Amino acid sequence: MSTSETPFRRWQCIVCGFVYDEAEGLPEEGIPPGTRWEDIPEDWACPDCGVAKADFEMVEITET
Amino acid sequence: MDEGRIVIVGTGLAGYNTARELRRLEAGRRLPLAIVTRDDGRFYSKPDLSVALARGKAPDELALAGPEEMAAQLEAEILTRTTVARIDRERRAIELEDGRGIAYGRLVLALGADPIRLPLAGDAAGEVLSVNDLAGYARFRERLDGHERVAILGAGLIGCEFANDLAAAGHAVTVVDPAPWPLARFLPEPAGRRLERELAGLGVTWRFGVTAERVDRVDGALALRLSDGSAVTADVALSAVGLRPRTALAAAAGLEVRRGIVVDRLLRTSDPAIHALGDCAEVEGLVLPFVMPLVQEARALARTLAGEPTPVRFPAMPVAVKTPAHPVVVAPPPEGAEGAWEVAEDDAGVRALYRGPTGRLLGFALTGAHVKERPALARELPPVLP
Repeated sequence: MSTSETPFRRWQCIVCGFVYDEAEGLPEEGIPPGTRWEDIPEDWACPDCGVAKADFEMVEITET
Repeated sequence: MDEGRIVIVGTGLAGYNTARELRRLEAGRRLPLAIVTRDDGRFYSKPDLSVALARGKAPDELALAGPEEMAAQLEAEILTRTTVARIDRERRAIELEDGRGIAYGRLVLALGADPIRLPLAGDAAGEVLSVNDLAGYARFRERLDGHERVAILGAGLIGCEFANDLAAAGHAVTVVDPAPWPLARFLPEPAGRRLERELAGLGVTWRFGVTAERVDRVDGALALRLSDGSAVTADVALSAVGLRPRTALAAAAGLEVRRGIVVDRLLRTSDPAIHALGDCAEVEGLVLPFVMPLVQEARALARTLAGEPTPVRFPAMPVAVKTPAHPVVVAPPPEGAEGAWEVAEDDAGVRALYRGPTGRLLGFALTGAHVKERPALARELPPVLP
């Protein structure tokens, strides 16, 4: 489990390349900035192509 | 009927995603599975091709896994560089070009589509490339290496995405299209003009209202002559004028084919033992060569193959056009839907809403920062196939 000190991470959809950045969240989808990947509901799907969370990979770490 | 082996033909997103979704299902775990492909069987995502330069990715780096890794992961037999010559529906087997036969309990056709090739005169017409898979993209990047000028035929989704990626990487890009503005099939004029201006700001040259008629080798470069008599000189030419579903294999086997291989809501062709999905399929008259419908189809088909017949449902499926210089998201109104565009433009971009006679939202086109309004607007849209 990541704690608040660990840097925010970015996750990329391996199918269409959409990037979820924990620092930014997805406010327009009700996911506030700073929401950790683990805290996003399991049935959340990629906004651009609809694949499941399981089809995302962590990309490089962004500085906090 | 012995369910027997599932055979999938094609290792693009449609074929591999069906296999991956199947293995994620409890009931789908143990089913024998064979996958046949003409390609090298590497797992990659086609949408990545038109944004690879900006990400500094060489073609080989776009492959997420090789065929051996996929075979292990999917517990499947994968035959690469293997072309299917015929489907023998009576014997329920596919015949390969080398004469071997592979029996199937259920067959899944995930054949994809061919890039449409326009008739072009000239001694260099054969040098016009098109990209619809990783191998095609590798050839394009090889030809591009060390050259600056690129001519793109087609200002549709792929043409615009490549134009942005190439221009951002410093290439001199000219896009040719008979339509009056980019993405003319999807965007009302103000949105199209905005994208045109924003990409022009990146150095893209647009030639609208004309088509390419000839391509000749002149002084080591490609000389394209357009329908208005003008010329474009380029080092590399890319054709992106649309896709045609690959239906020949199905038609030869007597399956019903129209624009695509005709399937019902369970993605069954006119032979219930044969399914089709992705760019090659036509679901209730819809040919949807995009990732989101494909993902919905793969998920529904996996459940059906695992023994729980599941009709495919398409929610509203906005299409994200990956032009980072000025992003675009479109949810085209249904074909022939009555209504009108309401267009608002500001510094951030364009918000165009297509409302029906009762004011109901039937489609939209968002550009620039307005793409953030997609989730809320998408919720208002009717499903494409409830």
